[in-house]
Amino acid sequence: MRALRLSVVLGLVAGLLAGQVARAAEPVKIGFITSLSGPAGIIGKHMKDSVELALDHLGRKVGGLEVEVIYGDDQRKPDVGKQLADEMLKKHKVNFVSGIIWSNVMLAVAPTVTGAGTIMVGTNAGPHELSGKMCNELYFTTSWQNDQTPEAMGKYMQDQGLTDVYAMAPNYAAGKDMVNGFKRYFKGRVVDEVYTKLGQQDYQAEISQLRGKSPKAVFVFYPGDMGIQFLKQYAQAGLREQIPLYSVYTVDEISLPAVAEAALGNYETRYWSPDLKNEANAKYVGDFKKKFGYTPSFYGAQSYDGILLIDSAVRAVKGDLGNKKGMVAAMRKADFRSTRGTFTFNVNHTPIQNFYLLRAVKGTSGEIEMQIQKTVFENHKDAYYQECPMKW
Amino acid sequence: MLFLMAAGLTLVFGIMNLVNLAHGSLYMVGAYLATAAFNWTGSFVVAVVWALAATLVVGMLVEVIALRTLYERDHLDQVLATFGLILFFNEAVAIVWGRAALFTTVPRALSGHIQLLPGIRYPAYRAVIILVGLAVALLLYVVVTHTRLGMLIRAGASNRTMVAALGVNIRLLYTVVFGFGAALAALGGLMAGPIYAVLPGMGEEILIQVFVVIVIGGIGSIRGALAGAVVVGMVDTLGRAFLKPTLSSVIGPSAADNAGPALASMLIYILMAAVLFFRPQGLFPAVRG
Repeated sequence: MRALRLSVVLGLVAGLLAGQVARAAEPVKIGFITSLSGPAGIIGKHMKDSVELALDHLGRKVGGLEVEVIYGDDQRKPDVGKQLADEMLKKHKVNFVSGIIWSNVMLAVAPTVTGAGTIMVGTNAGPHELSGKMCNELYFTTSWQNDQTPEAMGKYMQDQGLTDVYAMAPNYAAGKDMVNGFKRYFKGRVVDEVYTKLGQQDYQAEISQLRGKSPKAVFVFYPGDMGIQFLKQYAQAGLREQIPLYSVYTVDEISLPAVAEAALGNYETRYWSPDLKNEANAKYVGDFKKKFGYTPSFYGAQSYDGILLIDSAVRAVKGDLGNKKGMVAAMRKADFRSTRGTFTFNVNHTPIQNFYLLRAVKGTSGEIEMQIQKTVFENHKDAYYQECPMKW
Repeated sequence: MLFLMAAGLTLVFGIMNLVNLAHGSLYMVGAYLATAAFNWTGSFVVAVVWALAATLVVGMLVEVIALRTLYERDHLDQVLATFGLILFFNEAVAIVWGRAALFTTVPRALSGHIQLLPGIRYPAYRAVIILVGLAVALLLYVVVTHTRLGMLIRAGASNRTMVAALGVNIRLLYTVVFGFGAALAALGGLMAGPIYAVLPGMGEEILIQVFVVIVIGGIGSIRGALAGAVVVGMVDTLGRAFLKPTLSSVIGPSAADNAGPALASMLIYILMAAVLFFRPQGLFPAVRG
């Protein structure tokens, strides 16, 4: 009897020990949601490749722990994104959710993730709600708040003394943010604002309408696939030589390979560029080109940063993934080597960072690439942080 | 473009009495084949010829393998089977070319624009699409009304048993008609490639519009397909361009900003509902004897 009891106790102890060992070996699980199929799939590819490169640079470990990344394809649909987040939280029990290209998807996913007590690291979408009233302890973004970039473009166009500007954007959360941000710094006359369907491929009707209004300049926000189509059709309509086009998130490393000459000389504003001079960026861009054979985009740089941010948090709590408070505190320091150089988080967990004016020019290799012309804003804060009740 | 699609579908539907949801898939296959050939050979002409021929063959194969047994069945069975084909083609294309979209460029010769009136430029490629659409319309008209093949097709539509009894190989005829419809879809797809993005599932988006065109134009009528395509295209474009300014003078600019784009995308369906209400047989119904 006694022997039996002893063996039971021993067995239990052994089981506990085994459990301990198993827990220590449990990997960090990161759910990465992006658009991998459909017309926006190209953006998702940039992001996924950058996540993989970040993991390579970290020796396939995050914060010293084994890591498992689960990729999810949101197909640019908020409902699919939310479903994926639920699945990652409940089935895979992920420690972090990251990624998200589209603001409308983000607005569905972020509250789901933070509501479940899990940390969300956005690596693109920056809807104003999440930087303002809906800000959350567990929500960080390594990109920007939507308004920031068009604010820089608005400032530049204002400084150029332009007026009679025609604004176009897709009809969804970010489209509205972009035009609002633009108008915050651009004080000249806005002829008209036109919102098109998200994912629209044919802009012939809108371009004809634009021509009818004969504006002096055009400001657009057409990310990814929409940018490719818009830029091509704008050039085909013969408007390129007639009305200058200024854009945000439209002429980039996603669209340039497809549109090439149709964007030569165009201006954009952005917080990052492949030619941004710092050590971390040189390493990222260099290794990325070596491994994948194409030029990375800001979508990728942010995603790379997102993984490094998670790494810094897990490192700070010495792999104790249950210590959310410790991880949040560590992430607020932004203590990692970002591809944009050093930056700080504002109280709403949105970066305070520089914004540059970029231009599409012919590079030394003959290919068209984005090059930084000048700094428009230094340490630029978003317009919504005062609405965020969070204190730290 | 809508017309090319609609003509092919209406041909199949009206004459063979077959609801073909997979028509959009053939459109997609055509676009993919053309894009692949264009990227490979660099010649748009080769791409066009190859895509048309290959999709014709694909269409005929589909007809022989899958659809032949369905003519006598209920429309619901046909819908189910062709819906299955949609899934099959989408996955097949995703396996071969991947899920990400392909982007092609307009051939260099057509990438410019033409001067319609002084100061008004129109993209050359779109002008070519319009011309091709008109040419196909003319060709279809001549084939269907003035050739022996067209006569057989019309006869087959009216009474297939009788035509078969007269010694015509009706099965072969149907296969050819279906293949021809598929080639028309492919033509639409390959013309659309440079304007839209080429991706799995691209067919479904246009398929819905095509059904709207057919319903408005009258099922089984090629003349109706042409009229329907023009009407739908005009309503959609004009809605996108003028609805918002019109609304803003009625309900104020900010409300119009929200309502305009939403309403514009509903417009063609509202039109279809209206047509169904006032002329359930469509604007130009096919004449049946």
